[in-house]
Amino acid sequence: MPQNKSRPTGRKVMLMATCLSDVFFADMAKATVEVLEAVGCEVIFPEAQTCCGQPAFNSGDFPAAEKVARYTAEVFAGDLPVIVPSGSCAAMHFHGTDLLFEDKTDTEKVENLAGRTWELFDFLVNGLGVKQWSGTLNKKIALHHSCHTRGSDTGAAMETLLSSIEGVELVEVGTPEQCCGFGGTFSVTFPHLSGEIGQVKLDSVLAQSPDLLVSADMSCLMHMGGLAEKQDKEIETRHAVQVLRDVGLNQ
Amino acid sequence: MSKSVQPIDAFARDLPRETRDAVLSSVMTRTAGRKAKLEADYENPDDLRRLAGKVKQHTLEHLDEYLEQAEAALIKNGATVHFASTAEDAREQVLAILKENGAKRVVKSKSMVTEEIHLNDFLQKNGVECVETDLGEFIIQIDGDTPSHIVQPIIHKNRRQVAQSFEELGLGDYNDDPQTITRRARKHLREKYLQSDAGMTGANFVSAESGRLVIVTNEGNARFGMAANGLHIALVGIEKVVPRDKDLGLLLNLLGRSATAQQLTVYTQFINGPRSKSQPSGPEQMHVIFLDNGRSRVLKSKERDILRCIRCGACLNVCPVYRQTSGHGYRAVYGGPVGAVLSPLLAGDDFSKYADLPKASSLCGACNEVCPVNIPIPELLLRLRSRANQEGIKSAGSPPMAPFAKLATSPKLWQTAMTASKAMNHLPITMMPVRPLQEWLKIRTLPKWSGGEFRRWMREREGEPRMDTNKHE
Repeated sequence: MPQNKSRPTGRKVMLMATCLSDVFFADMAKATVEVLEAVGCEVIFPEAQTCCGQPAFNSGDFPAAEKVARYTAEVFAGDLPVIVPSGSCAAMHFHGTDLLFEDKTDTEKVENLAGRTWELFDFLVNGLGVKQWSGTLNKKIALHHSCHTRGSDTGAAMETLLSSIEGVELVEVGTPEQCCGFGGTFSVTFPHLSGEIGQVKLDSVLAQSPDLLVSADMSCLMHMGGLAEKQDKEIETRHAVQVLRDVGLNQ
Repeated sequence: MSKSVQPIDAFARDLPRETRDAVLSSVMTRTAGRKAKLEADYENPDDLRRLAGKVKQHTLEHLDEYLEQAEAALIKNGATVHFASTAEDAREQVLAILKENGAKRVVKSKSMVTEEIHLNDFLQKNGVECVETDLGEFIIQIDGDTPSHIVQPIIHKNRRQVAQSFEELGLGDYNDDPQTITRRARKHLREKYLQSDAGMTGANFVSAESGRLVIVTNEGNARFGMAANGLHIALVGIEKVVPRDKDLGLLLNLLGRSATAQQLTVYTQFINGPRSKSQPSGPEQMHVIFLDNGRSRVLKSKERDILRCIRCGACLNVCPVYRQTSGHGYRAVYGGPVGAVLSPLLAGDDFSKYADLPKASSLCGACNEVCPVNIPIPELLLRLRSRANQEGIKSAGSPPMAPFAKLATSPKLWQTAMTASKAMNHLPITMMPVRPLQEWLKIRTLPKWSGGEFRRWMREREGEPRMDTNKHE
């Protein structure tokens, strides 16, 4: 699923922090701002932002999803690149709205937002050309490729930046095709299935005995980390942008 | 079963661990094998998948024309062509052909459409013996079971169970050595071939250009089924037609690799009609029954892409939900991602009966990634979810979305709610308001709520003058 290759770039950007940052992951959102600033970006945070609408979309409540998607398109109106530290929310803008608005009129703003959205790592590497992250981190990192980054440039972009950090050992997680089991409302509606699916993935991760489990999506990390914690299994989870921030901001 | 539990979630929970593990390890091996084989043989297998998807989609969009062509070509080849609009029509047509020929004993090779119309039971009730000759299907039949996988029907069974069934059938003393099991089945089935009056098959493809029927097996059983008697009946879904013979190269190459990581299945038959001067062996009569059974309705829907499916089973193998349930969790003939789309659609007016299945997916997209005809399964699942929602079909354990939409379009309310949610940190799990959330928390923890913290931080630093140098450490 190719994204729009002619998306706007530049060092003045809007940040869509995601709803999960609002409730759980303040530190990840802070790290996103700090990393973007470290590479010279001016970050604008529209205060009225809420959510991309994916929960309603995935539940099949398209009218509810449409309301939220239209609202979000208003909040992020303009011509600046919109940066999202989540492959999943970014995919909602790229692909979700195609389906959601296929029979609708007055879709200009929604399409416009889709054409300006970048997943954070895709933006850093392919939008800004940042291919190197200076600093040292002597850790073994298991990289989880979230499902909604399938077919996108996010995975390779994360690998580029993380592997450029001195001392980082990136390890392959087995069963790369296997989902973490979260799936948003799926994990609430199908709690058993979701847990078992997550367990398969978690076992693949633990088999590598990594120091850190890293991804471009906090939601997957929340799920795998939550399963591990309940089982008293030690695994530290970090969004890839937190890794960059922790390594150093003098870039 | 509690109403707040989704049937497939309960099924997975109650599935014996041993069964789950057998399914899981088998399909994981298949998934890895498929990938390795395709990548070893082709520089860019994704291009092939997309091309094959286009071929099949094109066929669907002109299916009326290609079906007419196929019919004409089959007739020219000497076959008799029938069309069945419902499962009942198809069953009656099969029975009528058998009766006309006084056929009482049928040997059948593996065919999902015959499963779909529940042919075996029907024939049995009408005094016709119908023996499954694919080893897996044979075991399913003697156990009175149903297939749990499109390609590996007995994926949910182990050899000890099979050995027991064979002992009960009188095929010898208990022996769970796979070679012995296979040898015994072979001996038993060879007798059945020799006694048979008719052979039944499905078809993997029918070329509209030449009327060639293509049947793939790994056991050669379809060939035996046609060698020993004079009557061949093929039951074929209308979507199995492809435009040209040359399309078969592309599709067969993808089918074997996607299904079983084989370059080609062990036996690939091209059947060019009944016995004739130019084809001196084979049955004297060949009947092809094209089955609709709800397909034209699917063809008119926005989910028509699902009819591209060539039944390789790769989406089942890779699906995280199928891996926990086997096909039986889907309560219908077709399981896994393809079944979650096809079953509610083929149910026609009974859509609501299977409306829960499209929801039983994390929308991870692995199915689309492996599909040899590039069916956008996640998109089709979403369309069906939307349809269920429009039709007001209730779904167990699904949080309502109207309040969410209200909240997510009211920035003040949103921010208040995010801050208030911090109170959750102090509530014991059992006091949490939503029951499904309690289920969630039984096996997982949630991170600490930090509602509003990021926004406060942003506001505070936006109040400060921005410094361009040494802004960090």
